[in-house]
Amino acid sequence: MNLNELTAHELLDLIKEKKTSTAEVSQAVVKKIQATDGRIHAFVRTPAIPVSANSGAYSIPIAIKDNLCIAGEEVTCCSQILKGFRPPYDATVINKLKASGVVPLGTTNMDEFAFGSSTENSCYGPTRNPWNLDCVPGGSSGGSAAAVAAHEAIWALGSDTGGSIRQPAAFCGVVGVKPTYGRVSRYGLIAFASSLDQIGPITKDVTDAALLLKIIAGYDEMDSTSANVAVPDYLQALKNDVQGLKIGIPKEFFVDGMDAEVKESMSAVIAVLEKKGAKFIEMSLPHTEYSVATYYIVATAEASSNLARYDGVQYGIRRHPSQARRTPMIDMFEETRDQGFGREAKRRIMLGTYCLSSGYYDAYYLRGQKVRTLIKQDFDQAFKEIDAIIAPTSPTTAFRLGEKTNDPLSMYLSDIYTISANLSGIPAISLPCGFSKTGMPIGLQVMTKPFAEETMFRVAYTYEQNTEWHKRKVNL
Amino acid sequence: MISKKDVQYIAHLARISLSENEQETLAKDLEGIVKYVGKLQELDTKAVEPTTHVLPINNVFREDVVRPSLTQEEALANAPAKEAGSFKVPQVIE
Repeated sequence: MNLNELTAHELLDLIKEKKTSTAEVSQAVVKKIQATDGRIHAFVRTPAIPVSANSGAYSIPIAIKDNLCIAGEEVTCCSQILKGFRPPYDATVINKLKASGVVPLGTTNMDEFAFGSSTENSCYGPTRNPWNLDCVPGGSSGGSAAAVAAHEAIWALGSDTGGSIRQPAAFCGVVGVKPTYGRVSRYGLIAFASSLDQIGPITKDVTDAALLLKIIAGYDEMDSTSANVAVPDYLQALKNDVQGLKIGIPKEFFVDGMDAEVKESMSAVIAVLEKKGAKFIEMSLPHTEYSVATYYIVATAEASSNLARYDGVQYGIRRHPSQARRTPMIDMFEETRDQGFGREAKRRIMLGTYCLSSGYYDAYYLRGQKVRTLIKQDFDQAFKEIDAIIAPTSPTTAFRLGEKTNDPLSMYLSDIYTISANLSGIPAISLPCGFSKTGMPIGLQVMTKPFAEETMFRVAYTYEQNTEWHKRKVNL
Repeated sequence: MISKKDVQYIAHLARISLSENEQETLAKDLEGIVKYVGKLQELDTKAVEPTTHVLPINNVFREDVVRPSLTQEEALANAPAKEAGSFKVPQVIE
């Protein structure tokens, strides 16, 4: 067994027993990146092996999505418009990783500004799915998920605004967590939609996800939306039983559009968890059918506002048109943004601007925020009766590159099962629960009420410990 | 119905110049997406409060004291153009 194929907790045990070292682990990871990333393209930047800062309790290298600030290192959100930007400070999660001895090793590919579900919208070109190079890895954290699946990273950080951690984790057969809104500080995360964004782990198993969330979670005075709620030891929550837990199955999720194989895998999940003591209840989230529409109003409105800062003044590129159109200043703004933003970024900025514009605000943005309240109330109501909800992470397995690039709506609809967790602020995990006949991974999603990550981890861990899916490895 | 003229108006609000080709494609794309999100009009939301924050967090205040922050040099380090300790921009007023 190669070191890069192990989990972080396995490696930490070996390091403790002096059977390996952080330097050896880093070397194994870098060697693997050099051997296979030419085919996967999970990384957009692969720095040299870290030589210092290896002390600390959890000294395992980590891959970082290209929207998290590391002081002095280029970060671009895989957008032309931010080329060359070197932030003067570390994101809070990077600070926390460094303080625990976790060393950033490489920056991973993503959809430009996290706008996408396939990692095809990157200015550096797409990432490929390690299980089938003709398929997408999911997105927007597709680079992080593909790196972990391909054993080019031991673990990774991603960000999730509408499923951007969970859906690529499902497509790549790894574990991904979107924590409760406010659980992890976003200071130093380049914003997409501020009422939805969360940073979270992408790992090879549930234990590593619990460990990594423990390291990065917590209140931060630099992010006034971070929650001042104590961080439990998530490792203590990893119990191999779900005795007495009531788990809901939302009937609205099991409708048209779900692959037969995905549906079958859910029946198998229920059987495994029932055997370990869970009681299943069919329940209803009546406003589910409105979640995608609500999301694409709220998320694009916030994005159009957040991305107004890219205007060629403070950072990134600056361009001037060859011919004057309005004033020199406005011309510079418009030309910089035309040349700096890719197709999907322009589409979302335009949609968001439309929803916020005079005459349409009430009909779109305000109504979207009202329906969001209804969606959140569905979950509040449900969690009075039950401890967790399970559903597929995605209605299908990974689709082919190019399959949805010219049909934005069909791409948006692939997020149908993940979006509600962001709209309602609840935590959710995706973990492997099977493979299609063509060998592509299927993801199981577990959701709980806000700050009940311990229950979420317990359900996920119990399922994982009683199945073998997480042990299946990519052959590259 | 979203026309090319609507697209030009929104593009100006968003400060993005778009080619003729992009304007046509975007008019079509936005038309489809706006039609889809129009689904929300089915619901009666008269008595519903809009979400302002998904968690019960209220205004967060801190003491108004000076704390360490970026130096002028650090703040300007990524500027495409700078002069005399400031961001330099093209002419604003005719």
